[in-house]
Amino acid sequence: MAGLLIFSENNGLALELVTAAKSLNAAAVSACVINNDEQAQALASTGIQVYAVKNNDLLMADVGAIATAVTQVADKAGADTVLLASNRRGKELAGRLAQAMNAGCLTDVAALSIEGDKILCQRNALGGATVATQCIDAANKVIAIRPRIFEAAAEGGTGAVDEIAVDVKKSGVTVLEFKPRAGEDVDIEAAEVLVVVGQGLNSQDDLPAVEELAKKLGGEVACSKPVATDKKWLSEERIIGLSGKKCKPQLAILMGISGQVQFTVGIRDAKTIVAVNSDENATINQMADYIITADLHDVVAQMNQKLG
Amino acid sequence: MNIVVAMKQIPDLQQIRIRNRQPILDDVPLTLGNIDKNALEAGVNLRDEHGGKVIVLSAGNENIEDTVKEALAAGADEAFLVIDDSLDGAESSLIADVLAASIQQIEEPSLILFGEGSGDNYSGQVGSRVAEILNLSQVSFASNIEIKGNQAVVTRSLEDGEEIVQIDLPAVVAVLADINEPRIPSVTQILKAGKKPKEVLELDELKVEAGKAMVITASNLAPETERKKVVVKSVDELIQALTTEGYVGR
Ligand SMILES: Cc1cc2nc3c(=O)[nH]c(=O)nc-3n(C[C@H](O)[C@H](O)[C@H](O)COP(=O)(O)OP(=O)(O)OC[C@H]3O[C@@H](n4cnc5c(N)ncnc54)[C@H](O)[C@@H]3O)c2cc1C
Repeated sequence: MAGLLIFSENNGLALELVTAAKSLNAAAVSACVINNDEQAQALASTGIQVYAVKNNDLLMADVGAIATAVTQVADKAGADTVLLASNRRGKELAGRLAQAMNAGCLTDVAALSIEGDKILCQRNALGGATVATQCIDAANKVIAIRPRIFEAAAEGGTGAVDEIAVDVKKSGVTVLEFKPRAGEDVDIEAAEVLVVVGQGLNSQDDLPAVEELAKKLGGEVACSKPVATDKKWLSEERIIGLSGKKCKPQLAILMGISGQVQFTVGIRDAKTIVAVNSDENATINQMADYIITADLHDVVAQMNQKLG
Repeated sequence: MNIVVAMKQIPDLQQIRIRNRQPILDDVPLTLGNIDKNALEAGVNLRDEHGGKVIVLSAGNENIEDTVKEALAAGADEAFLVIDDSLDGAESSLIADVLAASIQQIEEPSLILFGEGSGDNYSGQVGSRVAEILNLSQVSFASNIEIKGNQAVVTRSLEDGEEIVQIDLPAVVAVLADINEPRIPSVTQILKAGKKPKEVLELDELKVEAGKAMVITASNLAPETERKKVVVKSVDELIQALTTEGYVGR
């Protein structure tokens, strides 16, 4: 590997990428920062070289222009490998940047390791049923890494911040509006205990009892995707699975969840799994440590009562 | 206005079994990617509103002639298929070359729709690669699409908010799974689907300079799961077990 360049519009994720980059024995690690002085300073103080692009015509929403800019920075930095974050912006950029750099590309990478001159990447395949170990066999590489796989890099050293000019064409992309999500401030990935509800839950009115149970166990409430996106009973921050969060709690109590692989991929690393399902043949029972075949509403009520 | 919907033929994930950590794909029926069906539904709705045609585009092995009927039954007007065994499960960069070359043969495509990720790999690269090859604007993770003359107003749904973007057409848009609920075709629609026009090309007829595969898969195994699978008969027993494990009464 020649040089390695990192890029993410998100300050926290950019710092995680520094840690990822440093784990890869690259000859040189540098960062591309676009219209973000605060991020440029934060990255430089981890000791890496920063290339700061300042160009008000360059919109984060214009993925084609961002790909052009990052390609030019990678070129000037002498980088053949670019690490991106696999958040939505990073994932959308990954394919376009790879095409622009004539690079091979892997997204949603959950683990990285070095074997000889290869970077081995792990990612889910077959809808989460399997974990594939893959590497890019091409001169140029774009790898998008899932958030929270690496710790944010700590301060250490002072890298240079060099302004760099890029040449991008005006494009037909205009941002009309940005509506911030009235996000709920909950971090299910940090919880030691999760009580997770699925479509077996009868109604939103049954949630307070579930919340009470989660509190008694010192945990948080999480859910399968349809509970948040179809029924809208809980916020999307609480979704576990392929398109939600991957959680590794000590204890996960899964209630009224069938066990589709797109869900289980987000909870299979839990230390202990309890499955509560009214169907004794539910798929979820195959991946549980403790199985109880019962109506979840009864189980919640009894647990709340018995745990006082 | 013609709308191209790119759809990937994948094994029906519900029917894949795991043996000795290996996925067993033999005899698993083929279907179209789940989120690709959301893209199709979005395309069909836009066509109903604005006129034009919906053309399903797919590259894969010869089975796609049959698999694509699902999309023709669900409202697409025509299919454009590129067939070669080598395209089955081919890597994103190769598929992108083939799809981009195909789109150039389709008359006036105003909008090229993808799902946010394929049903099997969910890698989300192909739409972005196609946009770069064709030098088009793009929006992924779209939760709403409106056409206004020569432009589209698309909502890009990000982790921290919704970005409403206006883009010139033609453009590439990759939709979120949540954008709509795909229709389930009726029996008559399925019967009629076989009669809808299909353009079927062999890969060498497309004259595309496909590069070499750039991703190597070293292994692809189900994760090891060792679970106790203890059946407990009552909530008391469950609480007992959780106490023994140290989760209760700490
Ligand atoms: C590309 C893609 C990505 C996806 N990403 C995700 C994701 O990130 N997360 C996710 O969760 N899903 C995801 N899905 C959807 C996933 O495939 C399933 O549809 C979903 O996980 C099912 O949710 P569920 O188990 O809550 O509901 P269901 O499958 O409807 O299961 C409900 C279960 O509740 C049981 N039940 C019913 N009543 C009771 C009762 N009174 N007491 C106890 N048990 C009861 C039933 O026996 C059943 O097993 C994705 C799908 C696709 C195609």
